[in-house]
Amino acid sequence: MAAITLIEAITQALAYEMKHDESVIVLGEDVGVNGGVFRATAGLQQIFGDQRVLDTPLDETTIAGLTVGLATQGMKPVAEAQFDGFMYPMVDHIVCHAARMRYRTRGRLTCPMVLRVPWGGGIRAPEHHSEANESIFTNVPGLRVVMPSSPQRAYGLLLAAIRDPDPVIFFEPKRIYRQYKEEVPDDGEALPLDVCFVLRDGSDVTLVSWGSQIKETLETADALEKEGISAEVIDVACLKPLDFDTILESVKKTGRCVIVHEAAKTAGFGAEIAARLAEEALYDLQAPVERVTGYDTHIPLFRLEMKYLPSVEKILAAVKRSLSV
Amino acid sequence: MPIVANFEIEYLQYLGADGRLINDDLPEFAKDRKNILELFKHMLYVRSFDTKAVALQRTGKLGTYASCLGHEATHIGIGSAMQYDDVFAPSYREYGAQFMRGVKPRDVLMYWGGDERGNNFSGPPHDYAWCVPIATQCLHAAGAALSFKLRGEPRVAVSCVGDGGSSKTDTYAAINSAGAYNLPYISCIINNGWAISVPRKSQTGAKTLAQKGLAGGLHCLQVDGNDIIAVRAAMDHALKLARNGHGGSVLEFITYRLSDHTTADDARRYRDDAEVKAAWEREPISRLRTFLINEKLWSETEEAAWKEECGRLVDIEVNAYLETKVQPVEAMFDYLYGDMPADVLAQRADAIAWEKR
Repeated sequence: MAAITLIEAITQALAYEMKHDESVIVLGEDVGVNGGVFRATAGLQQIFGDQRVLDTPLDETTIAGLTVGLATQGMKPVAEAQFDGFMYPMVDHIVCHAARMRYRTRGRLTCPMVLRVPWGGGIRAPEHHSEANESIFTNVPGLRVVMPSSPQRAYGLLLAAIRDPDPVIFFEPKRIYRQYKEEVPDDGEALPLDVCFVLRDGSDVTLVSWGSQIKETLETADALEKEGISAEVIDVACLKPLDFDTILESVKKTGRCVIVHEAAKTAGFGAEIAARLAEEALYDLQAPVERVTGYDTHIPLFRLEMKYLPSVEKILAAVKRSLSV
Repeated sequence: MPIVANFEIEYLQYLGADGRLINDDLPEFAKDRKNILELFKHMLYVRSFDTKAVALQRTGKLGTYASCLGHEATHIGIGSAMQYDDVFAPSYREYGAQFMRGVKPRDVLMYWGGDERGNNFSGPPHDYAWCVPIATQCLHAAGAALSFKLRGEPRVAVSCVGDGGSSKTDTYAAINSAGAYNLPYISCIINNGWAISVPRKSQTGAKTLAQKGLAGGLHCLQVDGNDIIAVRAAMDHALKLARNGHGGSVLEFITYRLSDHTTADDARRYRDDAEVKAAWEREPISRLRTFLINEKLWSETEEAAWKEECGRLVDIEVNAYLETKVQPVEAMFDYLYGDMPADVLAQRADAIAWEKR
């Protein structure tokens, strides 16, 4: 079995599910002939035809609205928002309709759709191509919000997202699309959509992150190990609904928690985790919860973007602050 | 059944692809042929800049860049027709129009070079910055036009959007608003055949993009966007109508994207070489060169000298860009608010302290 990248795992999952479920279709800008601007849908139109892999007119409202229509009438659409910064026109359809279709019709209509979104900064992209906007959606009842950080998790979580009966916002950390390869069996095995992944066991501090920042977080854990500090690393992966128990269990063990995310600090998803720790783990904590995040600014254009993003140095400093208490 | 409304879309062209006049009844500005020559020189300058910008990207000195190759007549025509007080709302490719309004190549390079200062450009301070979220600029231009109307100012707002962007909700909403309020607004739909990989025919079943203005009650015209005389004439007419309270327009300029969508794209994946080759036969510069040489207004010698001068002028701009130092870390906080909140100032101080650690 050949090892594949995260983005190739996305393609593999799409192909698997399209092969096994005829109601699954893919739509978006440039997803057909071009195979997606990141190549996530490369080759799918050749295999499944232009009736199942549809290039849409250039309008995100169109993509989101059509997707809601498709999903409510027996299809399982997997739509692509070409970039994180282009998904805002979709919010009307996602919030007012997809997220509450089941709820407001008392289960008569449902919206089993996936919106795939290349997400986040750090690739020297133009303006509006580098947004970490997950917490806009984690605040919306009725949505699932998922973000894989490895090829295997991308495959398993995307399959689960497509099979899920409700709308899933599936963020793909584009900075690590091609970071490394691993073997991903094409066995159609989905991963659960409501558990965190413990990527590394440790006893001194719990590092909690998701998406691209898993890379820096794991590198930090390596650096700490050389200093004799044992860090547990948790990939939240499924932000909403949140598997808080896994985080709580870890923090009860380590007594310290550093949350790392790329989005702006204020009302970022780290705030939710920190609040729950305050509610449920206050007496287990030996130091205040630390957050290493983007600043409360727009992500700057690329000349300054690496100064905005969390770094191993910044995470290490936060861990040291925590350990010094 | 009685017919309650009837419409037709006219097509405007003066200069054929072979450089010969199809229509001898030239518009006012073109009666002095030297005006056409001036526009031609600007077109050559933009192409010189564009070639250099792509080269900078290929050598790692610029980020992703959206080339304007092939759009020179449309862009220069639009920009040259507008007045300084008018408001221009570009998408992200209309450098020629912006240069005519005082934006400098160094500003363009700063923007694609990853520096916000490019958006604080040298052109009219009331113009909008580049707009990557597709077509949103159309509604901003309509809103600007509404402000002119409310204040009784003889100004016009002009937006540019592509054939792909013409599918976007915002494009229709701007057209509708302009009709509803009788706004001094011109929607330039620059139909270059491709929205990244999606061809014009996949965007809409409509025969023309110009006709999108019909539903809003605007004047509509399809124009050969590779014919500078036609572009300028169409703009002059639409601006006059709008400025005098006679309504907004939708102008569809037919041109061709001779380049990739951006330097991050590879158009060979989705479009035929034969189509591109045919498009080169219609491109705007060589037909105009033929015309001007036939009119004894231009020569190969003069062109060689002007191209050299363009190269020199572009180099000055490139050097100005390359010599610009990266902003300090606190720049990412500046301009976030007019009155900076204490909470943000605290983070700004943290960021500075971190850099100095």
